[in-house]
Amino acid sequence: MDFGPHLMLASIEGAVISAILVLTAVGLSIVFGVMRVVNVAHGEFFMLGAVLAWAVTVTIGGHPALGFVAALAIVPVLVGCIAAGVDRLILKRINYDVDRTIVATIGVLYIVQQSTLMLYGPEARPVEAPFNTRLALPWVELGENGFQMIWPWGLSVTSYKLFVIFAAIAVLGVLWLVLTRTKVGLIMRATQQDRDMAQAFGVPVAQVYSWVFGLGAGLAALGAVLVVPIQQAHYLMGGDPLLLAFIVVIIGGLGSLPGTVIAAVLIGMSDGIISVFFSPTLAKIIATLLVALVLVFRPQGLMGRIAV
Amino acid sequence: MTTQSKSITLHLGVLALLAVLFFVLPAYHVGAFSRIMVLAIYAIGFNLLFGYTGLLSLGHAMFFAAGMYGFGLSVNLGGLPVIPAFAIAVATAGLLAVGAGYLALRTIGVAFMIVTLMFAQTVYLVILYFGEYTRGDEGFIVQQAQRSIAGIDLTSETARYATAFILFALCFLVMARLVQSPFGKRLVAIRENEERARMLGYDVGRLKLQALVVSGTVSGVAGAAYALLFGYVGASFAAVHYSIFPLLWVLLGGAGTTIGPLIGVMFMFYLIDFSSGLTNAYMLVAGVALVLITLFAPHGLAGVLRKKVFKWLP
Amino acid sequence: MTDLTKLTRRKTLLGLGAGAGALAAGGVMPGSLGFAQAQSSAPIKIGFQKHATGIGAAYGRWYDTTTQAAVARINDMGGINGRPVEIVTEDDATDPGRGAEVLEKFANQHKVDVAFGTLFSHVVIGSAPRAGELKLPYFVVSEGHHVASGMLNRYTLQPGITDVKSQVVSMAPFIADNLGKKVTMIYPDFAFGHDHRDFFSEAIAAQGGEVVAKIAIPPTETTFTRYFPSIPRETEVIYHVMVGPAVLTFVKELGEFFGPSRPELFGFIDSLEAVDIKSPGLEFLEGAFFWEGMPRHQQADASDASNAYRAAVGVNERGAAIDDPSNVSTYAHMFGCWETLHVIKAGMEAADYQGPADRAKLIEAVEAMTDMPESIEHPQGDKVFNGKTHQAFGKQYISKVSDGTLNVVHTASIEDGMYEDEVNYTTQSL
Repeated sequence: MDFGPHLMLASIEGAVISAILVLTAVGLSIVFGVMRVVNVAHGEFFMLGAVLAWAVTVTIGGHPALGFVAALAIVPVLVGCIAAGVDRLILKRINYDVDRTIVATIGVLYIVQQSTLMLYGPEARPVEAPFNTRLALPWVELGENGFQMIWPWGLSVTSYKLFVIFAAIAVLGVLWLVLTRTKVGLIMRATQQDRDMAQAFGVPVAQVYSWVFGLGAGLAALGAVLVVPIQQAHYLMGGDPLLLAFIVVIIGGLGSLPGTVIAAVLIGMSDGIISVFFSPTLAKIIATLLVALVLVFRPQGLMGRIAV
Repeated sequence: MTTQSKSITLHLGVLALLAVLFFVLPAYHVGAFSRIMVLAIYAIGFNLLFGYTGLLSLGHAMFFAAGMYGFGLSVNLGGLPVIPAFAIAVATAGLLAVGAGYLALRTIGVAFMIVTLMFAQTVYLVILYFGEYTRGDEGFIVQQAQRSIAGIDLTSETARYATAFILFALCFLVMARLVQSPFGKRLVAIRENEERARMLGYDVGRLKLQALVVSGTVSGVAGAAYALLFGYVGASFAAVHYSIFPLLWVLLGGAGTTIGPLIGVMFMFYLIDFSSGLTNAYMLVAGVALVLITLFAPHGLAGVLRKKVFKWLP
Repeated sequence: MTDLTKLTRRKTLLGLGAGAGALAAGGVMPGSLGFAQAQSSAPIKIGFQKHATGIGAAYGRWYDTTTQAAVARINDMGGINGRPVEIVTEDDATDPGRGAEVLEKFANQHKVDVAFGTLFSHVVIGSAPRAGELKLPYFVVSEGHHVASGMLNRYTLQPGITDVKSQVVSMAPFIADNLGKKVTMIYPDFAFGHDHRDFFSEAIAAQGGEVVAKIAIPPTETTFTRYFPSIPRETEVIYHVMVGPAVLTFVKELGEFFGPSRPELFGFIDSLEAVDIKSPGLEFLEGAFFWEGMPRHQQADASDASNAYRAAVGVNERGAAIDDPSNVSTYAHMFGCWETLHVIKAGMEAADYQGPADRAKLIEAVEAMTDMPESIEHPQGDKVFNGKTHQAFGKQYISKVSDGTLNVVHTASIEDGMYEDEVNYTTQSL
């Protein structure tokens, strides 16, 4: 394929990756920002979202769209509740101490992963997309008669992938509104800025923490429900999203939601676009090093106000 | 008994115990302990940086892998005998630690975690990229014939245990000396309150780099020993699990104690060994154990000992 | 509607019972022999190194099922040298370090006679040195070229399944003659994929073809569309061999990329092991070709041995579990466990194996084996075992998808897959 269309395809694919990454990373960013803890099990909540989406669609049966809508409604809430439970049972008791939280969440990671293996099995299972038509995409070329639209071989996208991109934007929009315009959002931002002061003002910080932890996991699960018709649900699928989400949050800057979004878009898109120019493994090497070097030379990330 | 003589007794006692175990344990456990000792070296290296200096690195697998591949490639591609290959392996790990440390130590806290993780990922990908020489994820074998020193075949159960024991004893004692020396105490000061240490005039940046280099080099020793004694070099040892394991071992055993790493490795090894006999879900048991330990015994096993009983534990 | 549970123990036993019944009906089971004539009735212990967790877990499950079925049959026929066979299973977590530890357990703790069953190459390579040091016969079912390449040792053997070099080399003539001479290869960017790349490039060149593009995909990739633009327009055949949890996505996205007009597709069924061909999104596979180690869908001209084996392992005519048709098997690989166990039996009988002291005799007895004709012990097809390289050679099947069913259109002969010896393990001491 010629360079232009190839780049366009890579960009669209990158946008899909970014969309899912944004949801996962924003979930982590909120948890990280408000509670200052590293949740190593975040990727497993993502995986749970995918696996439970499969379970819901299989139980409901019928047209894939039915199951999908049900999954969108039920699964994030379910995963959020599980996460809130983890917070109450474990994190609260260790008082959100950073090192202990890391160990505890590693333990939770193993527990969730292994339980999924035992109950769901080791296979990767597909979930049918609610709709999925192939859309051939046009490309504009300068020909003898001025600009013409051509339809290059292979340049296409599926309607579902486009849906994912828009859905992610919509969810972000709703989240932004909630955070900036509602009381709930205000309480969360206050707790993030200054926990003790918020407590002095009567904010029930302990409860806020549970809600925030649940919200973070729920957002990751939502991302997973959206992505599972494209990928499959597999018990080991949580590892990569965890890594990427962390990178995005740190690069974007702690305490900055816009930073997280921008970083997610950058990293998601670059993953696809760099591989246009370089062999895939080399591309991954470059991308990984770049991330590290950004952090080395700008520890507060792109838009963070405080260095971590 | 002074603290110092108590400490010497403790360390020599542990070594004596390990030596005795060779004669007392059945064959399977002798083999297990050879492995445990090599991995304990890795944990000891990690412990210096995490337990004593307070820096959590999520990329130590790169140092382990540097030692492992340094040894394996020197023997297989370079045709070198064991001792020079081992020296090259350790030097490789040390150099990598200098380079990575110089860059990574410009960050702190969670950013440091991510940067070390990214560097380790890069090393893993580079190993895959040069698959022509490294055989990538499949790895390669260091044949039995090449794993001998001065005619002594290091692959026999006795020689393997002896080699692991000697290397472990070396690292164990050297590290014990180091952490009780002024250098070690300065690292602890950095861990407790970096700003205050800086105000007191210590070159914090330099000290941290030194700690990281020692830590990385010792981890490289473990990697080289693993390749030497078990004959396999593979990219899976550079993957993120092998960066998480030393963290688990050290936390379980007791971060910031000299015997903690060994205890942690032993505990995890036998926990997995025991529960895999009961159920397929042994990682579930490990996960539960982790959660319980962190809830009720956060300083790890040796740490609890130190708090309650042996307050002088180094 | 599918069940959330996987193959339960009760179902497995039912399936095996049905299988044993089928064997009896097929006249394959002899009269009861009993164990009374054994010199010692202590069981022969075989350590099964199973991928119960980790990335190999889906294969591990079916390897287990096949192993249990084979052992049930062997015991029903009187065991080995009159002694019953007992399988001791340990999970290697699809990890090379753990694999080596498991072999130590087998040799020193469980005191097994032989170890067997490993699939993933890196685990085999990580474990083999220990097998050699412990002098434990290690029968792997891995398809890897590592055994025959000389990298391992005299205690490691692969008598029950062919290796990837042999498979790839035997595909080239069919592809060049029937599908096209300009090939684009898509493979995972690690050792398994590199083996395909290297072996096939050489083989297709020998047939007058060429590889016009080599697309290496990083191991943990979950979405593939952005790699497809690198496929050159003049490609006549796409040769793909993706493995791992994301393969279904790979195949779907390949279809979405090409839309209605695509080049010929040749893949290895590895991409679709344990996945139903009729899954949604795979419609575009109509007319595609696959290498199959053993034909998943029951062929009209299948031998009695093949059909009896299919029943014995509890699999229906579409290659799925009889009691749960959504549970598709890893049919192209698991036969290796069945055949390997029968080779172990034959070897132990030829060597008059009594105990671990006879392990060396067992190795020599297996090395002496040559022809293994198709039979209930070797249901996949005739085999020839090369005692020097410790590798078996056999037939390879090429199937075409029509209407969601795989129909064998070509069977490559054993000779098609032969290559020069790269090692002679028999010169090494035991």
